[in-house]
Amino acid sequence: MNENNIILEVKNLNTRFDTPDGEVSAASEINFSLKKGESLGVVGESGSGKTQIFMALMGLLAKNGKTTGEAIFKGQNILGLPVAQLNKVRGVSLSMIFQDPMTSLNPYLKVSRQMTEVLIEHQGMNKKAALEKSIDMLELVGIPEARKRVHMYPHEFSGGMRQRVMIAIALLCEPDLLIADEPTTALDVTIQAQILDLLQDLKEKLGMSIVMITHDLGVIANMCDHVMVMYGGRVVETGSVSSLFTDARHPYTQGLLKSMPRIDGNHNEDLYAIPGQPPNLQALPKGCAFQPRCQYATERCHQEQPTTTYIDENRTASCHQLSAVTASHPMNVVEGAL
Amino acid sequence: MNTVEKAPILTVDNLKVHFPVDVGTIFTRKKTLKAVDGVSFQLYEGETLAVVGESGCGKSTLGRAVLQLLHNTDGQVVWMGQNITGNSVKEMRPLRKDMQIIFQDPLASLDPRMTIGEIIAEPLVTHHPELSKDAVKDRVREMMDIVGLLPRMINRYPHEFSGGQCQRIGIARAMILQPKVIVCDEPVSALDVSIQAQIINLLGELQKKFGLSLLFISHDLSIVRHISHRVMVLYLGNVMEIADKDDLYNSPQHPYTQALISAVPVPDPEARKKRVVLKGDLPSPINPPSGCVFRTRCLYADEQCAQTKPELINMGHSTSGENHQVSCHKVSVLDQ
Repeated sequence: MNENNIILEVKNLNTRFDTPDGEVSAASEINFSLKKGESLGVVGESGSGKTQIFMALMGLLAKNGKTTGEAIFKGQNILGLPVAQLNKVRGVSLSMIFQDPMTSLNPYLKVSRQMTEVLIEHQGMNKKAALEKSIDMLELVGIPEARKRVHMYPHEFSGGMRQRVMIAIALLCEPDLLIADEPTTALDVTIQAQILDLLQDLKEKLGMSIVMITHDLGVIANMCDHVMVMYGGRVVETGSVSSLFTDARHPYTQGLLKSMPRIDGNHNEDLYAIPGQPPNLQALPKGCAFQPRCQYATERCHQEQPTTTYIDENRTASCHQLSAVTASHPMNVVEGAL
Repeated sequence: MNTVEKAPILTVDNLKVHFPVDVGTIFTRKKTLKAVDGVSFQLYEGETLAVVGESGCGKSTLGRAVLQLLHNTDGQVVWMGQNITGNSVKEMRPLRKDMQIIFQDPLASLDPRMTIGEIIAEPLVTHHPELSKDAVKDRVREMMDIVGLLPRMINRYPHEFSGGQCQRIGIARAMILQPKVIVCDEPVSALDVSIQAQIINLLGELQKKFGLSLLFISHDLSIVRHISHRVMVLYLGNVMEIADKDDLYNSPQHPYTQALISAVPVPDPEARKKRVVLKGDLPSPINPPSGCVFRTRCLYADEQCAQTKPELINMGHSTSGENHQVSCHKVSVLDQ
C-alpha cells in the first residue's frame, strides 16, 4: 500500500467525558485510515460515538472531554495540538459541516462576512478578493444569484440553501478532507438528493476525501467507498461498501441492514427488529456491548471484549462468534435487493 | 370497484385550513397561509392511509384538522356518517375516545410529572369515570403488556425511558380506549433505526389485532411503503396523487411523486441510480404559485400549468378497487 496516499490515519483513539456520574467512554480503541479521494461512511445509532471521534479530531470536544491516541492527518498528529497550530489545519485542509445548518451559521452576520472571514484569516486575502472567491464558491454549490445573496443573512435562506452555504464555507480553502456530520438529516428528501449529488460532484471536481457520518445506510450506499459501523462507542465492522452491504459479518450490521425499511424489496412481511435498546454509554454491558441484543451471544461474549479480526485485507469485524454468524447467515442479508 | 360494500369510517371532503398571517415588518399586511387547500379522501376500517410530503406541505395540519384539534376553514370532516366539522370541544369529547393521536417527539408528548401509569390511564379515567382504581390499573397493565412495556414499570416517570419506550407509552395511551382511528404524526422519525422497526411492527400488530385504521403521517417513503395500504402525496397543501401503495410505488404518475420516490437513497450500493433531482425549494405557502402549485419545480410544466389548477383525475381502479387519482395536466404526456 502506498503510504503517501493515506490522508488520515487514526490510531487507538479514545474519547472520554468526565461527568458527575463518573467517566464515560464515548469512543474506544478507534483505528482506521482514509486514502486521498476516498469517502468513508461512518454509521451508527445515536450515542454510538460516531460524531465524537471527529469532534475530537477537530478539537471541538466539550470541556469535560479528553482524547488519547493519534490522528495523523497529512503526516502530522493533530490530536492535542495547541489551538494556534490546530487553526492552521482546521477550516483550511480539514473542514467539517454539521447537521443543523441554522445553528451552525451565525444569525447576526451576513453570509459574506462569515465567508470572507475564513479567507482573510487563513489565506491572507484582501476583502475584495475574498468576496469574489466567496461568490464563486456559492455559485459552485448551486446558489442562484450568488452575487446578490452573498449579502444576505442566514435566515433569508431556506434549509437546503443554508446547508449549501455551510458546504461553501467548508470548501473555501479547498480542504483535503471534508467531514460531514449528518449533512442531510434535517433536510427533505428532494433537498437531500440535491445535497448528496452536490457533495459527490465536488468530491470528484476537487479530489477531496469525505467522511460521511450518518445513521442512514441508504446515504452511505449511495455516496461512500468504505464504511465503518459503530456500536456502543466501538467500531464493530469495517469494509468496502459493496462487500459490507452484500455480506455483513457482524450480527449488529446484519440486524441493521435487515431492520431498515426499504423502498425496494419485500413489504408484506414484518420488518426484522433488533430486540432491546441501544446501550447506555454510562453503563455498558460487560464484554461485547451488543451481547444483550445478540442472538449468537455465548458465555464468552458476556465476559470478554472482542478484538478486531481481519476478514481480509480491507475488512474487519469485532465479534467472538464470527464463524457461527457467517455459517448461519451466508448471503441472506439483503434478500430484498437480490 | 366494490366501494359500495365498505363504508368509510372517515370522509374528508375538500378540507381547507387557512391561517391568517402578518407579512412584513413595518407595513404589515394580512395574508393567508394555505396550509391545507382542498384535500379530500376516505379512510376505511382496518386501513392505513399514509400521508407523505416534505416539511411544510400541510400533512400535520391535515392530521390535526381531521381530529378537529384545529378548525378547518372550509370543507367537511364526516366521522361515521356524522358531520363533525366545527364541533365544539364539548361536542367532540364523546367522539374522542374513538379517535386518538400519536406524536413525533415521544418524550415531549408525555407529561414529565406524571407516572407512566397515570399517563396511560388518563384517557380511560376521563371517559370512564365509573371504573374503579383497580380496574383502571388492570387495564393499564394489560395495555402495557400489549405494547411491549413491562407492567411492573407502571410507577416510573417518562424520563426513565428511552425514546422507543416513550413512543410505546404514547401508543399505549392512544390505544387504551380501543379507538377506531389513530392519527400517527411521524411516530418513528425521532427514533434510531433498530427501534424504528420495533415500533412499525408494533403498529402493524395492533392494527391486525384491533382492526384499527391509521392515518400515518410521514416524510419517509421507505417506512410508508412498509406500513401503509394506500398513500396520499401532498405538496403545498394540495393532493398530488393518491393510490394503492403498490400502484404508487411501482407506477407513480405525478412528476412530484416520481421525483420523491427516486430521491430516496436505497441501501444497496449496486443500485446507485440516476435520480430525478428536483430543482429549487418548496415555495412559500403564503404565496403559492398560480395554477399547479408544483409547476415551479416541475420538469414538464408549461403555460397551461401556470393558468389552471389541475383537478384530481381518476386513472382507473387498482387491485383493491380504490381509485388511483392524480392531479396533473401532463399525465397523458408523461405516459408516453
